[in-house]
Amino acid sequence: MRNLASLLFAGGLAFLLMAVAAQLPFGHPPVLAGGEILAQAPQQVGAANIVTAVVLGYRGLDTLGEISILFAAATGIGLVLGRRRANAPRDPDAGTILRTGAALMFPLLLLVGFHIILHGHLTPGGGFQGGVILAAAFFLPLLARPGTPVNHPGLSLIEGVSGAIFILIGLIALFQGGEFLQPLLGTGTFGSLLSAGTLPILYLALGLKVGAELAGLLSRLADAEAN
Amino acid sequence: MIWLVSVIVILMLGSALAVLLLKNPIGAVAAASVVSLALSVLFVILRAPDVAMTEAAVGGGLGSLILALSLRRLGLWHVEGEDRKRLTRKETRDA
Repeated sequence: MRNLASLLFAGGLAFLLMAVAAQLPFGHPPVLAGGEILAQAPQQVGAANIVTAVVLGYRGLDTLGEISILFAAATGIGLVLGRRRANAPRDPDAGTILRTGAALMFPLLLLVGFHIILHGHLTPGGGFQGGVILAAAFFLPLLARPGTPVNHPGLSLIEGVSGAIFILIGLIALFQGGEFLQPLLGTGTFGSLLSAGTLPILYLALGLKVGAELAGLLSRLADAEAN
Repeated sequence: MIWLVSVIVILMLGSALAVLLLKNPIGAVAAASVVSLALSVLFVILRAPDVAMTEAAVGGGLGSLILALSLRRLGLWHVEGEDRKRLTRKETRDA
């Protein structure tokens, strides 16, 4: 019975995939937007980094979907693995090298993370990369001293507020007669820090959200007792 | 250029094989992060620095960290030698 059900499921899935594949026009590239975007993005969005113009301008909705998926994954991991008994033993503090290194690296990592986030519309990088570096910066002290208390309500607040700002900017663009997440505030001077309209604000919100989310996830994982 | 790419691809294949063959789970996680790091270098060579940064930060750093912490949670992280003694001493002192 179970084998039959598995066979039915696999067969149904194969049928669906083949139905999709039959619709695809092979040999004809379906998306011809690449060249158009390369030609138009500098004037239209004003971001020196075309990748950012695509990620937050032309495909902003996809990015919103991406951070939703990340949020769901972080919630799932925290729920399954992040439990802790009240009297569970903690690991002892790490050695001198790791403790000194963590204190030394913390401000540098913070600087690099914010630099990558804030220059996301000018140079390679952006909210995701910078956010992961910020999370690493805040996780490092925890690695050196496992008992360090973590302000989880504060992290949740940062995460929620920056996620709300991201959606709010998109809705403002919608109510001003544009598309959802359409860049506002004009393009500015091409290549300067304050250019590309709302894209830097969106990337800052994205970076803070990703950083707070991952820092919370890592600290919960590290705080869970080892079996 | 083709030689550099070949070396990186062989390094990736070797590390991916090591993930499968290594008995020690921590070693497997380290080998998996080597795959990601080599892939990020490959992305730089292919002129995709954005993707390279994401691959290095998420694949090489965060992914391996989450895998390692999950191993620790599941009790597959075996601490040996001097650290083992320190840990057990601490636990008996707490109890």
